[in-house]
Amino acid sequence: MRAMAKRTRKSKAAVKSKPAPKSKRELRSKAKSKAKPEAATAKTPATDPKAAEAKTPDAKPAKPTTTISAVEMGARQREISVSEFFTKNRHLLGFDNPRKALLTCVKEAVDNALDAAEEAGILPDVLVNVEVAVADGAPPPPPSQATRFRVTVIDNGPGIVRQQIPPIFAKLLYGSKFHRLRMSRGQQGIGISAAGMYAQLTTGKPVQIISRTGARAAAHYFEVQIDTKKNEPRIVENKKIDWEHQRGTQVALEIDGRYQKGRASVDEYLEQVAIANPHVQLVYRTPEAETREYPRTIQELPPQPKEIKPHPYGIEFGILLRMLHDTRSRTLAGFLAADFSRVSSAVAQQICGTAKLSPNAKPRNVHGVDAEALYKAIQSTKIMAPPSNCISPIGEKAILHGLYKQIKGDFYTAVTRPPAVYRGNPFIIEAGLAFGRGPDQAAQTPEAPAVPLAEGEQQDDDNELARVIRYANRVPLLYQQSACATFKSVLETTWRNYGVVQSRGALPAGPMVVFVHMASVWVPFTSESKEAIADYDEIRKEIRLALQECGRRLGVFLRKRERAKGEFRRRNIFELYIEEVVEACARLKGGKFPKEKLKNQLQKIALKRTGGAKTDEILGHESGPEGLPHSIIVTPEGTEGEAPVPPGAEPSNGGPPEEPTPTKETTKAAKRKSKPSKRKKR
Amino acid sequence: MAKPTAKKPTPVEKKLVSVADTVISAAGRSRDPALSIPVRSLANINFNEKRGIIEMGRRKQERTLFNVGMAKKFMQTVLVADALAELQRANLTTSLREIYYRTKHTMKDSHENTFDAQNESDPLIEDLEVTLTALREELHVRAENAGSIVGPVVLTDDGDRVDCARLGKGGYSVPSIVEPEFIQIRRCTADFVLLVEKGTQWNRLSEDKFWRRYNCVLLTGNGQPPRGVRRLARRLHEEHGLPVYVLVDNDPWGYYIYSVVKQGSINLAFESERMAIPKAKFIGLSSADPDTYGLPRNVGIKLNDKDVSRAKELINYRWFQKKPWQEEIKRMLATGLKYELDALANKDFRYLSKTYLPKKLKERDWLD
Repeated sequence: MRAMAKRTRKSKAAVKSKPAPKSKRELRSKAKSKAKPEAATAKTPATDPKAAEAKTPDAKPAKPTTTISAVEMGARQREISVSEFFTKNRHLLGFDNPRKALLTCVKEAVDNALDAAEEAGILPDVLVNVEVAVADGAPPPPPSQATRFRVTVIDNGPGIVRQQIPPIFAKLLYGSKFHRLRMSRGQQGIGISAAGMYAQLTTGKPVQIISRTGARAAAHYFEVQIDTKKNEPRIVENKKIDWEHQRGTQVALEIDGRYQKGRASVDEYLEQVAIANPHVQLVYRTPEAETREYPRTIQELPPQPKEIKPHPYGIEFGILLRMLHDTRSRTLAGFLAADFSRVSSAVAQQICGTAKLSPNAKPRNVHGVDAEALYKAIQSTKIMAPPSNCISPIGEKAILHGLYKQIKGDFYTAVTRPPAVYRGNPFIIEAGLAFGRGPDQAAQTPEAPAVPLAEGEQQDDDNELARVIRYANRVPLLYQQSACATFKSVLETTWRNYGVVQSRGALPAGPMVVFVHMASVWVPFTSESKEAIADYDEIRKEIRLALQECGRRLGVFLRKRERAKGEFRRRNIFELYIEEVVEACARLKGGKFPKEKLKNQLQKIALKRTGGAKTDEILGHESGPEGLPHSIIVTPEGTEGEAPVPPGAEPSNGGPPEEPTPTKETTKAAKRKSKPSKRKKR
Repeated sequence: MAKPTAKKPTPVEKKLVSVADTVISAAGRSRDPALSIPVRSLANINFNEKRGIIEMGRRKQERTLFNVGMAKKFMQTVLVADALAELQRANLTTSLREIYYRTKHTMKDSHENTFDAQNESDPLIEDLEVTLTALREELHVRAENAGSIVGPVVLTDDGDRVDCARLGKGGYSVPSIVEPEFIQIRRCTADFVLLVEKGTQWNRLSEDKFWRRYNCVLLTGNGQPPRGVRRLARRLHEEHGLPVYVLVDNDPWGYYIYSVVKQGSINLAFESERMAIPKAKFIGLSSADPDTYGLPRNVGIKLNDKDVSRAKELINYRWFQKKPWQEEIKRMLATGLKYELDALANKDFRYLSKTYLPKKLKERDWLD
C-alpha cells in the first residue's frame, strides 16, 4: 500500500520535471536505490527470513540518504502547465517525427486561416509558402536533404485584434471554438500554438505574425514565444508595419522538419484541401520553388453552420453534473428545456417523472444518486434527433467540382447523405468517386511500348489499387488510414457488384479515387492527433450507404461503357486473330498463297458479325450521364454533367473545353451553365 | 523404315494442311470457319462391353473463329497445326513444351500473347489428334520418357539392339513413341508382363531379379503409365501373347490406373483401340490383401474426402460393374483405409518379391 502511494507520487513528480532537471535526476537515482531494499524485503520473508533480518540493518543506515520525507516531497509537488505537458508529449499533437511535424505546422496554420475566413463570411484566399531555412548563412541544402524549414501562411481573413494575437499564437488551449457545439476544423485551440511551441523547441525562433483587420487599420507585427512554465505568451517584438495586404493574417514558423513527397506529404495535404474546399483559392509554393495554384471553382461560401446546444443523448455523466452546477435556470425542468436541444418542456417533465425528481428542484441541488437517476432517465426517454443545421456539408456539387479539378478521370460522382446521429451528435456523411485516367491519358496508354509478356507476367493496369481520401470537417486525414472507419467501410463495400475488381479484404483495384467526408459538431477521433475516425456502427452504416450509392452510379457508367467497348474489342481481337490465322494458313499451304484475299474475306465476315458501323456510333456519341444524378462523365469529345465552369479571369485549368467562360461567375450563372449542358446530352 | 522423302507430303501432313483448307473454303463462301472436334469427356464415351474397351462417342463440338469465346482457341489450333506440319516436313520429333514455345509469340500491335502457358497448347494437340485421327506419335510429338522396362526382351531402337536382360538394375527407359516403325521387338521369351505403378517397387523387383526367377517383363510408368509404356505392354501382349498383370497401390487412383491399362482412359478414349489391354488382370494391392497377408491396420492410411468421392465415382463406372470389383471397392470404403505397396515392407523388405507376388501368382489370386 505504502509503496504504491509513493510510486504514484513519484510519477507525478516525473511529469513536471522538465524545468528542474536536477531534481528529476536526483529523484530517479533515489528512486532506484530505494527500490532495491524494498524489493529485497518484499521478497525475502517468503524465502529466507534470516536473510531479511540480516538485510534490514543494512538498509537502515542508508535511509537518511535514500528516502525523502513527505514534506520534502510536498515541496516538489506542483502544478504542471499544459504547455509543459505538451512539450514532453508532442507526439500527441502530431509532432512525432520531422516529416509529420512539417505537415502538422502547415495543417494547423491552413485550418486556422480557413476557419477564420469562413466564419467572417469571406471567400478564403490562402497562400502557403514552404522554403528551406538555413541556420547560419550556409548555402541552403536541396529540399530533400534540408532539415530546417520556414512555413509561411497568408490568408485574407478578418485579421486578429492586436490584444488577441499573443494569446492565440502563444498560449495553449486558447481559442474560440472549444466552448461551443458547432462544426469547425479546429476544436481545442491547441494546434497553432503547439506548432509555435514546436518551432521554439527545435529552432528557438519565435512565431512571427502579421495581422491587419482592415484597410483603415494598421498592420501589427508580432514575434511571440510561449513561456512554457506558465503557458503564457511572451512578446519578443511588437511593432506597426506597412503590409501589402489590406486584411488578413500571416503566420511564419521556422521549424525542424523534412520535406518528402508522396503519401502523407504537405503536397498531398494541400491537394486534398483543394478537393474538399473548392471555394478556397489556394496557392502553394513548394520548397523546390514550384508554384502550384488551386483555383477557386465554387464562388459561394458553404452555409454557416449554426451553433447548437448539446443533445441529451450525447453527454457524459460528468458533463451533466457540471451543467447542473453551472446553469442559470432555477428549476430542473427549466434547465433541461433551456440547456439542451430537442427537449421541450413536456419532455423535460417526462424526464423528471422518470427520474422521480421534482421538476421544480434546484438544479444545483441535484447531485449524487439523484443526478445518476436523472442521467438514466434522460437515456431512456425518447427524444427527437438533434437538429442538423449545425453541420454544413460540402455538398454534392462542390465535391464534384473539387474532384474534377484535382483528379483526372472519366467519371465523377458525389453523394451527400441525410443527417444521422451517433451518441447524440448529428453528423453527415458524404462520399465521392473519381474513376478512370481521363481521356488524354487514356489515349496515351495504349501507345506505351509493347514489351512481350513472359509466362506468369500480367499487364500492369490491374495492380493499381484505389486511393481513399478521407476528411473530417473538411480537413484531410492523412495518417492511420487502416484504423479509420471510412477506410474499413471502403473495404467492406462489395465493389465487385459495380464492375470493379476487388480481391478479398483489399481495396478495389483500378484507377479510382474514393472520397469520404464526415461532417459533425464532434468528430470522434480515435486519438488526440485527429488521424482516424472511430468506428461507430451508425457512422459506418452511413458511410457504407453513401459508398454504395456512388458504386451503383459507377456500375451504370462502367456497364454502359463496357458494352460499347466490348463490341469494339471484339472486332479488335478478331482482327488480331485473323492476322495470325492467315499467316498460319499461308505457312501450312506453302508456296504462293493469296494472303491478302483471305484476310479481306475474313475481315468482311468479322465486320458483318459484330455489328460493324454501329459499334463506332455507340463508342463515339452515346455516353451521357444516363440519368445519373450529381455525376460528371468525361469523354474525348467533352464533359457532360455538372462540370464546373472555371472562373473567367483564370485560363481554364483542365476545365471543359466547350462553353465560353464568362468573366464574373455568380452562383446562379453557374447553375444556369450546368443545366443546359445536362439537357443537351439527353 | 518410314522415312518419308522430303518432297512428298506425308498423310499426316496432308491432314494438317486440311485445317487451312477449312478456313480458306469457309472464307470463300463468307462463312464462319469451323473445325468440328470430338468431345473428350465422360459424357462422350461408351464402354464397349463386347470388346472390353472404352470408345469415344460421336459428339462433336464446333470450334469457330468468329465467336468471342472460341476465337482465340481457334487461332491457337491453327497455329499448332502449322507447327505440327513443320515437324512433318523436317521429319523431327519434339515435346509438348517445345510446341508451346514454337507457337508462342506476341501478336502484332498488341500486348497479347498467342499462348500464355503450356496448359493452353497441350489440349489443342489432343484435339488435333482426335480431329484428324492421327496418333500423337504420328504427329511426331513425344512425351517425357517416363517408364522403364527390364526382362528377357530384345528390342531394336534406331538400329541399336537393346537386350533388356542385360541392362542392370536400371533397365531400358521406354520412349514415348514405341510404334513398330521406331521400336521393333526382336525376341521375347518371357511368360508374362508385370506392370508396376511405382518406381520404388519396380526397383525392388528389378534388384531382386524377380523377372529372372519368374521369367517375366517388368514395366513401370511411375504413376499413371504414359502412352509409351501402355503401348509397349499392349504390343508385348498382342504380338507375343503375354498376359499382363497390374500391380498398383490399394486406393481409388490405383484402381483407375488399372482400368486405364485395361479399358483405356476417358480423356484419350480414341486411343483405347491401340492401347487398351482388355485381358489385363489386377494382381494387387487388393482391399482383401491386408487380411489375407496379415498387414497390420496401422500401416493403412485413412481415406480422405477426395479418395472417398473418387471411389464412389469409380463404383458407378460401367467397367467396374463386375461383382468382384463392386465388392473390392465397397470393401475399401467399408474399412475406410487405403494401403500403399510400400506398406508391404512392414513385414519384410523383400516381402513383395519373395512372398506376396509368388503367392498371388501361384494362387492366381487376381481380379479381372
